[in-house]
Amino acid sequence: MSGALIVHKAGPAMSLQDLGRPGLLSRGLSRGGAADRLALAEGAALLGQGSECAALEMAGMGGVFEATQSLRIALTGAPMRATLDAAPLVWGASHGLRAGMRLEIGPVLAGIYGYLQVGGGFAASEVLGARGAHLSAGIGRVLAAGDRLAVGADAGGETGLALPQDDRFSGGTLRALHGPQTAMFSSDEVARFQSTRFARDARGNRMGVRLIPDGAGFHSRAGLSILSDIVVPGDIQITGDGAPMVLLSECQTTGGYPRIGTVLPCDLPRAAQAPAGAALTIRFVDRAEALAAERATANAVRALSGRLTRLVRDPRDMRDLLAYQLISGVTAGKTEGG
Amino acid sequence: MTHVSEHSAGGFPRIDWLGLDGLLVRFGDALSEPANRAALALRHAVTREGWPEVEEVTSALVSTYLRFDPLSADGADVRARLAKLVDSRDWMAEPLPGGRRLWRVPAVFGTDLAPQLAEAAELAGVTPEQAIAQIAATRLRVQTIGFAPGQPYLGELPENWAIPRQTALTPRVEVGALCVAIRQMTLFSTATPTGWRQVAQTALRLFRPESETPFVLSPGDEVLFEPVERSAYELLCAEGPDGGAVAEVLA
Repeated sequence: MSGALIVHKAGPAMSLQDLGRPGLLSRGLSRGGAADRLALAEGAALLGQGSECAALEMAGMGGVFEATQSLRIALTGAPMRATLDAAPLVWGASHGLRAGMRLEIGPVLAGIYGYLQVGGGFAASEVLGARGAHLSAGIGRVLAAGDRLAVGADAGGETGLALPQDDRFSGGTLRALHGPQTAMFSSDEVARFQSTRFARDARGNRMGVRLIPDGAGFHSRAGLSILSDIVVPGDIQITGDGAPMVLLSECQTTGGYPRIGTVLPCDLPRAAQAPAGAALTIRFVDRAEALAAERATANAVRALSGRLTRLVRDPRDMRDLLAYQLISGVTAGKTEGG
Repeated sequence: MTHVSEHSAGGFPRIDWLGLDGLLVRFGDALSEPANRAALALRHAVTREGWPEVEEVTSALVSTYLRFDPLSADGADVRARLAKLVDSRDWMAEPLPGGRRLWRVPAVFGTDLAPQLAEAAELAGVTPEQAIAQIAATRLRVQTIGFAPGQPYLGELPENWAIPRQTALTPRVEVGALCVAIRQMTLFSTATPTGWRQVAQTALRLFRPESETPFVLSPGDEVLFEPVERSAYELLCAEGPDGGAVAEVLA
């Protein structure tokens, strides 16, 4: 065991998350896992470790933390105001955290879900093959002040690295595929759906986000009386009031609302990270375009470690510099440009 | 590829993509015993095929779903093989899969634990006593597991139980609540709000995430609810997560 991260203060919806538990649909358990899986991959690249490591997911608001011994951390996902012993920390970057230092993560500046990752990952015990919480299924729980989160053994590596900021934290266009129930909607209705500008509703959680259309709601020809069937993350279900709901990782495994299509997996981080009021549109693509988009995202994830840049450091900020050298164990010049 | 166009043209069974990484075979658009049996049988057949690209197989009330990795597998090829398998026999005439179990589950009907028994019975056109007798006499099949982990959709009750869901939700039912709507029952695996009416309470916990056997029921299993007195409930709870339920393997 290499120590722990103490939670002194916690926002209202903070939990451990990883890549979830795929393969249990037949048991009624959806995959779950981080709302923004890309953020896990970014943190993994920053820390030079696998993206299967469990991370702290913070919805809307961070918390106050202290390490019991020196840790490497990475801050990814929705940018939040962060300080280390009152000195500002760059988001989307890795940093050193020495024992006793006070890490404060404040409100989100864009997006919804910010992530705090640690070298070695959080060492919570596995339940059904994963360490993360599945809140709607009652696996794990929301974290609170007083929690001590054990940290796994860190293979080590540098800190002070950064990734370019992504644009997925303010809405945009979600690409989607037609699905088994798209034909329940008239072609006019599907066309209107694509040309509609939606605002992300304030209601939303790890199960799904509701979108408010700027015009009339949407209705299937089959009405609402359809038989429950398999639902998957990304499915766009049209609820009783005609507003679409994009299902996320912690959705139910079956559902009885008609679904107009399914958002591509590679666009789910954008859906999950759209803050309340953000403008979203949905564009249907064919399978070839969807596959190309998914492949491009997978390639970009693989290339993340090649996009790391070194944080420019102010030598007058000795505390940060000390932490940096203490923990990384290598000098900045050693991998310049790497 | 003729299979694909035939299956997509309407009529059942019908194959559709579900998202980038999934395929769905539907055997109908309404619940029926043969369609439920077909979905279960195809699910077991796909599992038996052991296609290396397939990462997950499951079934819902009248459909079978499989998931593959779209970046490493050729989806069109997976779909063509699935279509060939679907075409290979009349799934509505297939028997139920083997290895199923019959569960006998003690249940307290009515009382303060399940206060909607009288209301549900009235909607079903019977007295509470007749309602209990009808439910207890029906061997209910686990049609699928869904909504919540380990939670079964059970069917089918006699026709007089085609009662609608409530328009307003019950704010909370407890784990083990037995609820009814539209000739189906469900036994809740988590505490949750519901539009179904609660007619009984059991001490059976269907989802035990920390245990060696986290999930209790499987699709195709059958369940008989055995009425017990209110006074028996605490004793059943003390028996552990099985709550007095016993299972035997069906021949």
